[in-house]
Parts: sequence; structure tokens; C-alpha cells
Amino acid sequence: MKKILYREWGISGPQYWGLLAILGAVIAVAGFSALYMEHNGHWVTGMTNQVVWGTPHVFAIFLIVAASGALNVASIGSVFGQKMYKPLGRLSGLLAITLLVGGLLVLVLDLGQPSRLIVAMTTYNFKSIFAWNIYLYVGFLAIVAVYLFTMMERKMNPYSRAAGFFAFIWRLILTTGTGSIFGFLVARQGYDAALMAPMFIVMSFAYGLAVYLLVLMFTFKLEGRVLGDKIMGRLKNLLGVFVAAVFYFTAVYHLTNLYGTENHAYEAFILRDGGIYTQLFWASVIGGMLLPMGILFHPALGKSHGGVIGASVLVILGGLASMYVIVIAGQAFPMAMFPDKTIIETGFFDGVNGAAAGYIPSMAEFLLGIGGIAIALLATFVGIRLLRFLPMSLADEVVDPHHA
Amino acid sequence: MQKVDQKRRDFVSVAAKATAATVVAPGVFLQSVAQAAPRAEPVTDDVRYGLLIDTTKCADGCNDCVAACDQENGIDQLLKPEGASDALWEQQKPRWIRKVKVQDNLTGKQTDMPVMCQHCEHPPCVDVCPTGASFRREDGIVMVDRHTCIGCRYCMMACPYKARSFIHENVQSKTTVAPRGKGCVESCNLCVHRRDNGEKSTACQDACSEGAILFGDLKDPDSKISMALAEKSTVQLRADLKLNTGVRYSGI
Amino acid sequence: MLKLANLGILLVLMSLSFVVTSASGPKDVEPSVEGSAKADKLDVCVAPTPFMRRNHFELIKHQRDITVHQGIRLTDDSLAGCIDCHAGKDTHGHFVPVNAKGEFCAGCHEYTGVTFDCFTCHAAKPTKTGS
Repeated sequence: MKKILYREWGISGPQYWGLLAILGAVIAVAGFSALYMEHNGHWVTGMTNQVVWGTPHVFAIFLIVAASGALNVASIGSVFGQKMYKPLGRLSGLLAITLLVGGLLVLVLDLGQPSRLIVAMTTYNFKSIFAWNIYLYVGFLAIVAVYLFTMMERKMNPYSRAAGFFAFIWRLILTTGTGSIFGFLVARQGYDAALMAPMFIVMSFAYGLAVYLLVLMFTFKLEGRVLGDKIMGRLKNLLGVFVAAVFYFTAVYHLTNLYGTENHAYEAFILRDGGIYTQLFWASVIGGMLLPMGILFHPALGKSHGGVIGASVLVILGGLASMYVIVIAGQAFPMAMFPDKTIIETGFFDGVNGAAAGYIPSMAEFLLGIGGIAIALLATFVGIRLLRFLPMSLADEVVDPHHA
Repeated sequence: MQKVDQKRRDFVSVAAKATAATVVAPGVFLQSVAQAAPRAEPVTDDVRYGLLIDTTKCADGCNDCVAACDQENGIDQLLKPEGASDALWEQQKPRWIRKVKVQDNLTGKQTDMPVMCQHCEHPPCVDVCPTGASFRREDGIVMVDRHTCIGCRYCMMACPYKARSFIHENVQSKTTVAPRGKGCVESCNLCVHRRDNGEKSTACQDACSEGAILFGDLKDPDSKISMALAEKSTVQLRADLKLNTGVRYSGI
Repeated sequence: MLKLANLGILLVLMSLSFVVTSASGPKDVEPSVEGSAKADKLDVCVAPTPFMRRNHFELIKHQRDITVHQGIRLTDDSLAGCIDCHAGKDTHGHFVPVNAKGEFCAGCHEYTGVTFDCFTCHAAKPTKTGS
């Protein structure tokens, strides 16, 4: 195994600045969308008193979940001692930070009172999982920054295993916290399940790795660095396993729900009668889980870069669809306020005859969410341009300890 | 302790007789006479405010409690934002109390009732609020301190009664007793300004000509609401969640 | 470096949103008649004027917390009390919002360049109480 060399991202100036300009434009549009929402109030969005969390939350939660998952590649290298993953660690840490910052920005800019962020940072209710998450997120950024430092500063290298271990534990707690935001909601039929926390962890594995793979391939291809078959084979198999695990958890979640009669109406809503939510659910299962698994484990397609790109894109789109179903459909489904009774009239949209609440996302919400992704990418590209995050080569003879 | 309470009650009772000679309305509560002026002392858990809804008296098609609440708390002063769609705005404007009609799945029996914040002893909205803006006052009123509410809406996700509303627009016109602003969450506070000014009822109770809504102190065994609760069989909404609600329903 | 850039973006976005959301008083309001507020007929406020100029917000903020959480309304320092006393009336005898240009609150806050957002939620003139 050769010594790993890291170098700044060396694409040409016009390419780099062009990329930044495109992302910057997307971020500017998102910024104006946020201003528009804040200036007018949330009536310009599709969010209502029934569906209180909308498209921004779908993007924000996806990004936060993907952030913790993106760190896995580094963890496998330093915590589980897989030598082949070592060169991938720096980018993994960077993506974990940038994705989290992107997600948090979207979350903050959707608040009713974003200028009171200082209140959220200084006044805590320790019974709230939300308040805990503020600590978990800020702590994650700090710990991963330290972890990156131990990986990138030669003198600190001996500490990188300890830092990596700590970061790995922290990210597990963090995603548990994110999943628990929903898991702790006893009021709503679709949430209130302890399974939410481990399901979010498994989702983070898959989404984080899919994002990681796309960024890795894009940055390497654009500059002409070599990505060997060995490393690609490892990563794509890992993604396939993670996606299979997501499929398993999704199946368990809905099967256990189907066993209890009290959840039948909710399951019928998601699996059969929910219109757009049913369509998105099955799209996420077939298009976002089964199809990518088929591609990744296909003897020919799985070995082609195009196949891996396609599978990763499908996993991400499927992930967004899954989040949309969890976040939006979980709210649109009426609450069971009167067991054994049917609401036949209401002055506040309580779901007459079990009807779901409506929600049509507005353009501003969607653009704000996209902006979170653009910020994460922009920060990543600036990072790899300025500092040595990317290995010069991931060719087989560089990464494989057993290569002849 | 018992002795002290009894003494206080006796004293208040004498004071009431002395000062309330001209007040002839039935159901004058002793402690409210003692506090006829704006409150000067912190609220305590010696009282717990609540409502009893007698659904058998709640009239089909009547919306008087809702209209009264809207007026009392300035909700009727909110205007649809210019350019907003009617259908969407209907789902975005705040509502503290609403009428609901349910039908029993087995018997087909129909029941009308108002639903509002249930003022739980263990409110999920208070548990989840990251800043502690959603809180429960010593006297049992669950409300939002909108000076620290950041508008995250997690309380709305957590409330099993869908009792809370988010203010989706700039508010031009508001009353002194019910402040209201864009980007914060609010809900029924049992007319808290009336509580603090020593009044005895809520706007919804006053508006209900059928007497279906009864407000009072659940901890005072001599209050009308306590006596009614002792007589009738009542239920909590979502009793399975064990939230010990301050609002009880009879006749469901 | 990288985190600095992110922080920069965050700060820019937040300050922009703050500029847009910071409330300005109602426009095109007929000014109040000199001497029409209750306070104009009194010698002193609840404390000497120099103290009030420097500390009124501390008093109001303290009052705000005990009112919301403890229900205490019988004090000298409530915002409602300030408005009740300091709101002037126009030539028709109607109250003028205290945050309108040149009125009691706005006049001084504009001069000192201090923004405040009491009146995004609170009524800026006395209103009939609900009951």
C-alpha cells in the first residue's frame, strides 16, 4: 500500500468559479424565498394549522440525517480499522459538517421568529428533545471539526481513532435524537413509535453514503483523479446493504402497524388510499429502495460508474420521498380524538369522516429547501479547494493493502 | 393546614358578605370576591381552573361560544392577507375554540361539543417546547409566553387536541388584553386576563345561552364545577394518554 | 475558514431578515394634539423622568415576565399602563398609536435609533378590554 497524498481540488479557475456562481445563485434565490416567507408570514406557504411542518422540514431533516450518515465512511476507517476507508475519511468529515449546516439553516429560516435564534440558544427546556438536539447539533459540529483536525494534522494522527470513536457515538445519539422528534409524539398515529429512532439511523447510513458517493465521483471525475474499481466496489456494496436495511425497517414499521387494529386506518391511508402520499410511499419503496438495490447488486450495472450514480440519485430522491411521507402524511392524517366515533362536522379541520388535511407546497418553501442542499455543496467545494481533503488517487494499487 | 384553610375561608366568607351585599348573581365564588381588583400576588396551585362541557346541552348549529371567543381575544380583528386564497386562509387563521359534531360508530348517536385547549396537568406541548415558552401556570392554565416562542410549531405537532394555532401573517389590529403577532403560537388561555382581573367566567361560558359550558376551580369542593363533576359522569378526551385534562365532558 | 464562511452566510441572511421584519409604526396617521395624553397632565411618571428614560425597558421587561407567568397585573410598570397614560388623541378625540411617527414611543426611539418590537404583538393604543 502506497502512502496517501492529499491535495486541494485542482479544477480550473473558470470551472470552479462557475460552479460556485451556479450554487451561489441557487442560494440567493433560497435566501430571497426565506425573506419573502419571513416578511409576509407563513400564509405565503402551503403550511396551515393542520400541516404545521412543510417542505422546508422535509429537506432540513433529510440533510441532517444525511449529515450524520456521511460521517460513517470516516468511522469505518478509524473506528473499525478498515484501511481501505482511511483515505476517504477527510471528505466524510467535511460533508458531515456542511450537510448539517445546510439542514440547520433551512430549519432556522423556517422558524416563525428566526431573529430569536438567540432565545433558542439561551433558554432551554431540558424535557424537550428539540432542546437536546440543539446541543447535539452544535456538539456534532465541534466534535467532527476536532476529528478532522486529528486526521489532517500529522502530529494529531495518534488521536484520530479516539476522536473518531467519540464522533461515531455522538452521531448515533444525534440521529436517535432526530428520529425521536417524531417518536415522542404520542398525539399522532403515524409517529409515536420507538422504531423511529433506529429507522432514522439506518436511513442516515443510506442517504449519507449516497450523497458521499455522488460528491466523491463528481469531484474526482471533474479533476481527472483516479477512482479504482476496488474502492468503488466496496462503497457500492455498502450502499446496497444500507438500502436493504432501510427496506427492512420500513417493512417492519408498516407490518407491526398492520398487526394492531388501531393503526389500520393509518396504514390504509399510507399504503392504499392516501393519493399523493401513497404514490410517494410506493415510489420511495420501489424507486428508492428496490431499484437501487437491483442496480447496485447487478453484475454489470453495479460495476459501472453510471450505475452507481443512478442508484445513488435514486436513493436520495427516494429518501426525500420517504421524508415527505413521514413528515407531511403523518400530519395530514387526522388525529384520533374520538375513538369509536366519526367526526361529521368541525369548525377547525378535524378530519370530517376521516378525511386528510390538504397541503400543497409553495414554490418558496421548495426553493428554501433546495437552498440548503446548495449551501452544503458550496461549502464542500470551497473546503476541498482550500484545504487538503481529497486524496490524489484512489486507484486500486493506492488503496488496497493486499495489492500486488 | 386544614385549620388554616378553614380560617381563611371563614374570613373570606365574612368579607364576601360584607362587600358583596349588592351582588346578587348566583354562584358568586368567595375567592373571586377577595380578588375583585387586578391581581397583586403570584398565582398559586391552591386553585386549578377548568371547564365542564355538558354536551347534552350544546345546541346543534350554534356557534355562539366561538364568536364570543373570537371577539374577546381579538381573533375577529384578523384580516385575510391581501392576495391570499380563501380556502387556504381558512386553514391558516387562528382558532381557540371550535364546534365539533361526532357520530357514534355503533349507535349513530350524534353529539355536539366545543373543543379547545384541554389545559392538561401533563401537557405534551409543554414537554416538547425547546425554549420553555409553552408553560403551565400554577393555577393550571396552559399558555404560551410569546416573548420566548420562536415559532418552531413543535407544540402543535405534539398536542393531541389540535388546540393550537400559528399566526401566519402580520397582525395590524389587536386588543390590549390579547396581544398577538406573526410567527408565534397561541391557544385558549381560559381568558387569562379575566382571571387576573378577578372576574368569574370565560367569554365562552357567558355566551352559551344553554349553559353547556361551566368554568370554575376544580380544587374548590364547593365550586359549581366541582359539585357538577361529583354528580355527573364525565370523561376526558384522549383519556388513554393520562394527561389529566382540566376540561371535562359529560354526555359523550 | 470554512465555518467562518458559513457563519458569514448565516449572519447575512439573519441580519437581512431582521431588517425586513423589524417593525415600523403605522403610516399616514393624524398626529396627536399636544397635551392630549393623560401623562401630559401629570407632573411625574412612575419614577423620575431621567430614570425612566434610561430604564423604562427594564421595568417593562420585569413586569412582562411576572404578568405572563405569575398573573400579577396590579403594578405601575405594565406596558398597557404606559400606553394608557402616554397615548395622545387626534383632533377627533381618537387615540393615536404610540408607535406612529413622532408619537411618544416612536419620537424618542427614532431619534436614538433604537428599534423595538413591542407593538408587533401589543396594541399601540388603549383598546376597550374584551369584557
